[in-house]
Amino acid sequence: MGPITATISRLYGTRGWIALGVCAVALFVVFPVLNLVVPAGSPFHVSAYWVTLIGKIMCYAIVALAMDLIWGYTGILSLGHGLFFALGGYAFGMYLMRQIGADGQYRVNMPDFMVFLDWKEFPWQWWASDQFWWCAALVVLVPGLVAFVFGYFAFRSRVKGVYFSIITQALTFAAMLLFFRNDTGFGGNNGFTDFKRILGIPVTTPETRMALFAVTGLTLITVLLLARYIVTSKFGRILTAIRDAESRVMFSGYDTLWYKLFIWTLSAVLCGIAGALYVPQVGIINPSEMSPANSIEIAIWVAVGGRGTLVGAILGAFVVNGAKSWFTVAFPEYWLFFLGAIFIAVTLFMPNGLVGLAGQLRDRMRVRKASSALLPGAP
Amino acid sequence: MNAVSNPVATASGDQPFPGYSRVLQPGVDISHKAILYLEDISVSFDGFKALNRLMLTIDSGELRCIIGPNGAGKTTMMDVISGKTRPDSGTVYFGQTIDLTRLTEAQIAHAGIGRKFQKPTVFENHTVFENLELAMKTDKRARASLFALLDSAQRDRIAQTLDRIELAAKADRPAGLLSHGQKQWLEIGMLLMQEPRLLLLDEPVAGMTDAETERTAELFKTLAGTHTLIVVEHDMDFVARIARTVTVLHEGSVLAEGPMETVQNDPRVVEVYLGR
Repeated sequence: MGPITATISRLYGTRGWIALGVCAVALFVVFPVLNLVVPAGSPFHVSAYWVTLIGKIMCYAIVALAMDLIWGYTGILSLGHGLFFALGGYAFGMYLMRQIGADGQYRVNMPDFMVFLDWKEFPWQWWASDQFWWCAALVVLVPGLVAFVFGYFAFRSRVKGVYFSIITQALTFAAMLLFFRNDTGFGGNNGFTDFKRILGIPVTTPETRMALFAVTGLTLITVLLLARYIVTSKFGRILTAIRDAESRVMFSGYDTLWYKLFIWTLSAVLCGIAGALYVPQVGIINPSEMSPANSIEIAIWVAVGGRGTLVGAILGAFVVNGAKSWFTVAFPEYWLFFLGAIFIAVTLFMPNGLVGLAGQLRDRMRVRKASSALLPGAP
Repeated sequence: MNAVSNPVATASGDQPFPGYSRVLQPGVDISHKAILYLEDISVSFDGFKALNRLMLTIDSGELRCIIGPNGAGKTTMMDVISGKTRPDSGTVYFGQTIDLTRLTEAQIAHAGIGRKFQKPTVFENHTVFENLELAMKTDKRARASLFALLDSAQRDRIAQTLDRIELAAKADRPAGLLSHGQKQWLEIGMLLMQEPRLLLLDEPVAGMTDAETERTAELFKTLAGTHTLIVVEHDMDFVARIARTVTVLHEGSVLAEGPMETVQNDPRVVEVYLGR
């Protein structure tokens, strides 16, 4: 067996690969055909609403995978992952704003909010923001750098547990306040919106939407395989070892700082990429993405799906956000209560989330069977 | 600092003058027989003096037992050696050259010191095999771990250790399912995988059956000589069985030191143990 086939079989067994292939066919063949080829009147037609909704949830699923790597596998609960998601979104949003060109309300080659604030030239943050590749690089670099610097000092000072969570929460809150200010140069509380084009192509046509959808799907699958590679490597075993007994890892000769810093930074970068894919599909980015509640919600997706399983993270993102999109239409006032109730129910009754539920039921069946075998005459 | 800087040695290619410019050897320098020096170590927690000007020297290859009543500072001493606690004052040298007070836990482990905790600490969600794999001496930097694959020599080493700690049949079990005594053995096996020069063993036979305790005693005796062992233990029978030299700690400093019988009959030791 060559190293490549060995890696392939390490990632997933035959059934896993087949399941992944089925998902890929659904995402890249069935969905586009039902949306673009099947006429709008047909009962099989998939509307733009669904394309955007699923595309958006796939972005969230990438975030959930990133959260699972740092929380589920390494045991570090971040309550500030919304920040990295928003930073990626803003970085790519700058490019989208520049693509509007002179088609804004004021017919000037400058974003509307800058004209409104009577700015004559672009602030330094917007340097080269009309270049796609520069903004794509920023999507990775900005969240990566913020996470690296923050993580370096936090992990070096051995900040752990709930203290780390609180600091990350404060970080995203502080960033939100910063982005609310007009002086920061990112449109204040309105953020960026009214996008017209991406790479010169109109952004709202069905074809562009489908292309963004497909790129998001491809990214999700790539991130899943990357995460799977990490958690099945020796590196991944060290991450779970850090979660379970960090002192033993240190006394075994591992400098845990670099392990934590690597996975933390990678997790932030993945969130940034997800944010960049999210913005053109949803059509808006504003500082509310950095609100503490958003970051807490990310942790809930992972808890609902099942911490420490990659499939669980994706499942959790789909179930919670699917429920949210239905609930916020049907009972808009009660969504947060419902979310809280889900979280409590999962924590109390399903410590391993939805994915763990199957195992839990199997164990219960086994116990029942075993006890009825031990006590003949019992039902 | 190195021989290359000696022009005589490089020009002629001959042996440099012996002792003229000594080469700093990598690893532990035990040219003066001793492998560990603790000098004047003091540690206090909120005013409580856990260690009080402790002086201790351990020779290479020794099996030293440390005893003493609760609160004597035994575990704190191990914490100082392994880098978990920084002393308020004093020096800790590993061999002649390595100043342990300047190193992190991971660097100390790399230098060749392995530590077993009072409460057995293994990776409960990993299999026994994986526990040994993670402990194994190898490149432990993050980048290396991302691409690390076990070669056959490494698998053999793990298999040997599995046999030695008698857990070969349970290699694929999660370590959390082992009995208390088996966890203790697994942790000792993990230390051996690190190939340390010095092993710090904090209550290694707590919770073991008599048979397990006996086998542990045998294992330690075979390890002594090639390794240096420092054993902290409350079980006096166990200490009597393995000890060559016993050090008694009391209130953070050495009260008595010598062979077991001498120490046991020392009136000060008797007083400390029986209360005054």
